[in-house]
Amino acid sequence: MTAQSVKWFWYASPQTFYPVAGVIARWCGAAAAVLCAAGLYIGLFVAPTDAQQGEAYRIIFIHVPAAWMSMFIYVVMAFWAAIGLAFNTRLSHMMASALAPTGALFTFIALWTGSFWGKPTWGTWWVWDARLKSELILLFLYLGFMALQAAIDDRRRAERAGALLAIVGVVNVPIIYYSVQWWNTLHQGASVSLTRAPSMAATMLTGMLVMALAFWMYSIAVTLLRVRCLILENR
Amino acid sequence: MGGYGLYVWGAYGVTFLLIGVEIALLVNRSRKCSETKT
Amino acid sequence: MLEAARCIVVRDLLVAWRRRSDVATALLFFVIVTSLFPLGIGAEPDLLRSIAPGVIWVAALLSCMLSLGRLFAADHADGTLEQLLLSSEPLGVIAAAKALAHWLVSGLPLVLIAPLIALQYDLAAPLYPVLALSLLLGTPVLSLIGAIGAALTLGLRGGGVLLSLLVLPLYVPVLIMGAGSVDMAAAGLAPDGQLLLLAALLIVAAAFTPWAIAAALRISVE
Repeated sequence: MTAQSVKWFWYASPQTFYPVAGVIARWCGAAAAVLCAAGLYIGLFVAPTDAQQGEAYRIIFIHVPAAWMSMFIYVVMAFWAAIGLAFNTRLSHMMASALAPTGALFTFIALWTGSFWGKPTWGTWWVWDARLKSELILLFLYLGFMALQAAIDDRRRAERAGALLAIVGVVNVPIIYYSVQWWNTLHQGASVSLTRAPSMAATMLTGMLVMALAFWMYSIAVTLLRVRCLILENR
Repeated sequence: MGGYGLYVWGAYGVTFLLIGVEIALLVNRSRKCSETKT
Repeated sequence: MLEAARCIVVRDLLVAWRRRSDVATALLFFVIVTSLFPLGIGAEPDLLRSIAPGVIWVAALLSCMLSLGRLFAADHADGTLEQLLLSSEPLGVIAAAKALAHWLVSGLPLVLIAPLIALQYDLAAPLYPVLALSLLLGTPVLSLIGAIGAALTLGLRGGGVLLSLLVLPLYVPVLIMGAGSVDMAAAGLAPDGQLLLLAALLIVAAAFTPWAIAAALRISVE
């Protein structure tokens, strides 16, 4: 065992990771709060009113970052699931399990804000937009992962079954997304596109990016806190 | 909010409410598992 | 390897034949569900004609899912599954063989019954081959993907409902392509795109799902 390989797996041990997680969580939590304040300021006060959608478009500053995070978290979850299956490290599985509730939350937020954006702009609470449909299926994938892990009593089997499901899911997400896009081009009359957002003024884009970063820092903080709980509960 | 107040605040409100709930649940869980196991 | 696969398919078909009522119930479910929609929505011919592909496809999905519980449960209960896991044959081949037997018993009959259901919905005659072909290409994919779910939820309490939650999101592309192909044909356009994509899904599923099913079986049994 060379010095290199020892370095890689040093933090794979729950005991050594526990304090590190706490430190990172605290810093990311603080960063999240600052970025969120900045993002909300930009989104609610600095960014100009849109000519077509009026003030209602401001929901975009939450909707789009939440949708980005929901998909990003799923990929990260599948990554840790794959690492866990490949190297048989329990901490990797715990990371995957810890990411799921936050991912599901952001997916729900994306759906809820998307719905609230659709109502004033398109007149209905539910819009069969391709992205909203994909988000709905993504929510089911998250809930399925959490339900499967909750239904199995043996922790080892639960972790590994969930990991396999997450990997199968991540392979399917692009397929689902593109098939839903295809469906939308078929049913042109019934579908409207929420992606036709107001032409991006620089401030709008900045606001969205800052909120996305805020959500990212928040996810890291919350996930690491949850991993700490999982480490303690599974000793 | 130019008449769209219900929608904008409805969206932002629920979002931050849910985030708050997640943090609260996590803090509660964190307290419980550091109390019972030492 | 092929000999082992053939053995398993024949054995599963024999078991299914001995429990004909289980098989028949799933098919009967398909017929009943498709009969419920006109009762609930109203028997207006234009409406029925437009919802027919979607209704038939959704009913096929649900019927296929209902029969997935049987795939590994019986073998798991009497210990056969553990013996299969220990065998020298690749577990992926065994898994694929079981999925094939499942499709022959639960999917293929749907392809044959669907035209009768389409008759009930007054679907235009030229659409029948498209419907049958889309089901022929799609139902094996349903069996293969469903087998992953069945393997993951082996022996769990609340297994059936949990299986649905896991597997239905993964079924969505097949549903969209399948029902979409018939809708395209109904609109007078060529359904080639969707049918080719269904065929592609089938090939990809046949290539990769046996590995996933085998992995899931090892996770659930060991």
